Amino acid sequence: MAEVEIKAENRVYAKPRLMLDNTMHYCPGCSHGTVHKLIAEVIDELGLADRTIGISPVGCSVFAYNYIDIDWMEAAHGRALAVATAAKRLNPDRMVFTYQGDGDLSAIGTAESIHAAARGENVVAIYINNAIYGMTGGQMAPTTLLGMKTATTPYGRDPRLNGYPYKIAEMMAHLDGATYITRQSVHKPANVRKCKAAIKKAFQHAMDGQGFSLVEVVSTCNSGWKLSPVAANEWLEQHMLPYYPLGDIKDVKLDPTR
Amino acid sequence: MAKIKGTIVVDSERCKGCGVCVASCPCDVLALSSEVNGKGYPVVRMARPDACTGCASCGVICPDSCITVYRQKFE
Repeated sequence: MAEVEIKAENRVYAKPRLMLDNTMHYCPGCSHGTVHKLIAEVIDELGLADRTIGISPVGCSVFAYNYIDIDWMEAAHGRALAVATAAKRLNPDRMVFTYQGDGDLSAIGTAESIHAAARGENVVAIYINNAIYGMTGGQMAPTTLLGMKTATTPYGRDPRLNGYPYKIAEMMAHLDGATYITRQSVHKPANVRKCKAAIKKAFQHAMDGQGFSLVEVVSTCNSGWKLSPVAANEWLEQHMLPYYPLGDIKDVKLDPTR
Repeated sequence: MAKIKGTIVVDSERCKGCGVCVASCPCDVLALSSEVNGKGYPVVRMARPDACTGCASCGVICPDSCITVYRQKFE
């Protein structure tokens, strides 16, 4: 049988147009790259390439502005949603989103994040939850699972000493200003496709003035977890997903006449 | 009978050899090569190219966007 011809009309999948050619600094197999790609695809499909402002955090994804060809701002650690609030209020016609890890959004930035959600700012927070501080060497994060070994909990997280992990998505779901809260993952192709649909929905939600959206992506940190990329994806499915179940947590429409 | 075939082109210098695509391929087409790229990573290649259907699962999951997928229908 003939070989498949390498030509544009046969192409079914390629690097998104908005992804730059810079090689990512992320470790091999890191979920960050997959989520970056989804954001680039969604922005391109919604035609928002020249109207989107991304707010990058402190953490591994601090260099997100090197990879997606849109406007970016860099916020102080944890303050991305405060910066996003200003950006969106000053430029209401722009799509404003933050890209934050669990150390940024749910540890040092908990106050800013909760209040941005409570105010119902029309922004999207993409929240990468890998249950560890990846950039600084794999220390315990608030989201670290009980019993999980990290650099600062070498015998596993003990609730008597380290407290319990928390689910910021469920916490935000109680706030009236937060209208679309979902939890996704990118460990399998089907989950990647679902995650893309969720990000697209959140972006449309924000552009329609429907309030605050949070897309939590349960992710891997294979270096921090001391596993291979493939084993990290399996560990995520076995240990992370029972505690952080996937799916929409809240999806409501605001009254347009409010 | 019409048959759909696929193939991939890997940007070898971007590939970090994480192997996530190998585990995600439903047709068991991919494998990590014994050859390495400029950074020393083993690059993914098609070990069983005839089995590829062009489903693009590998491209979708690739964290470094280094896989381009092509698909063609043969009558």
